[in-house]
Amino acid sequence: MKKSLAAPVAALSAVLAATAPAFAQSLDQQINDGFASATGWFVNFIFSPFPGTSFPWIVAWLVIAATIFTLYFGFIQFRAFPHSISLVKGDYSDPNDAGEVSHFQALATALSGTVGLGNIAGVAVAVGIGGPGATFWMILAGLMGMASKFTECTLGVKYRNEYQNGTVSGGPMYYMTKGFAQRGLPAGKFMAILFSIFCIFGAFGGGNMFQANQAHAQIANVIGDYPGWITGLIFAGIVFAVIVGGLKSIAKVTEKVVPFMGILYVSTALVIILMNADKIGWAFGQIFAGAFTGLGVAGGVAGALIQGFKRAAFSNEAGVGSAAIAHSAVRTKEPITEGFVSLLEPFIDTVVICTMTALVIIITGQLVSDPNTGMYLLDEGASTIQTIDGNKGVALTSAAFSSAFGWFKYILAIAVILFAFSTMISWSYYGLKAWTFIFGEGKTKELVFKVLFCVFVVIGASANLGPVIDFSDAAIFAMAVVNIIALYFLMPIVKGEMDSYLSRLKTGEIKKFK
Amino acid sequence: MSHKMVVGYDGSNGSNAALEYAAALAKAQGGTVVIAYVLEWSPYSFLTPTELEERHMRRQEELKRAETAVLAPVVESMKSKGVNVTTALKYGHIAETLCAIAEEEGATQIIIGRTGHSELSSRVFGSVVGSLAQAAPVPVTIVP
Repeated sequence: MKKSLAAPVAALSAVLAATAPAFAQSLDQQINDGFASATGWFVNFIFSPFPGTSFPWIVAWLVIAATIFTLYFGFIQFRAFPHSISLVKGDYSDPNDAGEVSHFQALATALSGTVGLGNIAGVAVAVGIGGPGATFWMILAGLMGMASKFTECTLGVKYRNEYQNGTVSGGPMYYMTKGFAQRGLPAGKFMAILFSIFCIFGAFGGGNMFQANQAHAQIANVIGDYPGWITGLIFAGIVFAVIVGGLKSIAKVTEKVVPFMGILYVSTALVIILMNADKIGWAFGQIFAGAFTGLGVAGGVAGALIQGFKRAAFSNEAGVGSAAIAHSAVRTKEPITEGFVSLLEPFIDTVVICTMTALVIIITGQLVSDPNTGMYLLDEGASTIQTIDGNKGVALTSAAFSSAFGWFKYILAIAVILFAFSTMISWSYYGLKAWTFIFGEGKTKELVFKVLFCVFVVIGASANLGPVIDFSDAAIFAMAVVNIIALYFLMPIVKGEMDSYLSRLKTGEIKKFK
Repeated sequence: MSHKMVVGYDGSNGSNAALEYAAALAKAQGGTVVIAYVLEWSPYSFLTPTELEERHMRRQEELKRAETAVLAPVVESMKSKGVNVTTALKYGHIAETLCAIAEEEGATQIIIGRTGHSELSSRVFGSVVGSLAQAAPVPVTIVP
């Protein structure tokens, strides 16, 4: 009896073993196709170019906004930079407020939401498509973006809701409703709802699927290829444990390890750059030449510029409105102080960390150029630059770092997973705030969002990079469309706060405690 | 001259010993005991977005708990023994904040218990004694 059963069981398991991988691969493929076709129209709209050009209107939208804020506030990001540092150090914090959220904490939490894969994988995508020149535009966008961040975070604190029990809720949806009402403008509520919808998409996209996708890519890069939905399920399980199960220990550990990883990442990049000190001049030459000539990349100068601006905006989220949610919990009597602190965020994120990644990729010679003309060689599709091992995205960064230190790919894999995870936790919070703004607060309503969030982790890990990155960008930029309109209408309020604060700072009415 | 003594207090056995010692001293020499409860806090720690949102609420809860569960009973018992007491409740780095309280109150000494801090903070207790010894503006007594 036993014997007769054994044979069919063995046969069945053999069949299962043979079909399982095929089934798994096709599941990935199905998720990917379904996802691409469901989101294509939205992506096309957001990235549609100006008629007759290849320049997407959304990129111009962000850059023009950052430029207007920079001029309107008189280059506040440079004028207030030293004061921002003093604020973060706590020089102006009243010791009697100890135990409340400090400027440093608000900044650190907001940073752990933005420093993430954008800095590692996003930059590799930008440099892989736009060439070294993309770095120049990325830094420029980072510097200008500081003014956008300043505007939105000041408003985030000024118009936050403070509840009876001592908790706070802030962000663009609150300054849109309260700020617009205060100025007697219509449609504040409508914009707030629209923003919230896009914020939920953004939370599922850039704050979730892109992270899961690149975390999977990084793990597969280290241990060998396997189906993405497996990573997705594991990640979704952990995220579920934290945001639904309230497992604070995991989040706490991540919050503590992430800053350490950030420092390790930047210092390793610095060591690699210094090891190649003789090439630094050449690398900057490539960056400048690429910025103004394109060096043969797809789309030329415009291609480099678009990639640089896109990735900077995606990485530091200036003008997007997400940071206004994170920064609004700080304890301060002057909303403008959080604006000053927040302008450090694009600086650290883009001008420092993203630039490090780009420099390492360029300096270690990952991009293949024609030795005779100096022009970069393109892949078969003629859209991306050839790399020495055919890597793109996070794998390109990994290859660049590993070419100097072989062991770094393991560190990077851990860093990517942690960054991805902390960004997911941050964005699950941003998304939840938007969700509860629309649907109201309540255990069941919040649970629905949290479960959906976990489902998207699995989708993100399974889909290909292309559709995921397109949708992530599109959703985040859609937030920026609504947010920046609101910022234009509310910027005189920020200006008033800024002028009043700076004059009181000058007269000594605002005192240093240290 | 009336003496003021700052006692680092957190409800632990060690801090109780320090308080008993200070009470005896105050009774013998006359003077006031300042019961100082410092809640360990660094403005440079890392919090999740949800923790940020709830921080103000938690702080209120922590202060209330410290006030009612830790300080109130001990003030009661000291008063019943006829000792003059006041309290100070603050957030911050323990040693630095004790020094600040001593200066504010114009205290003549700081008294702490050797294991005066519970659980996690007891592990860094060595540095509290060390910092106090280095930085205290007044003499420090450590009660075993």
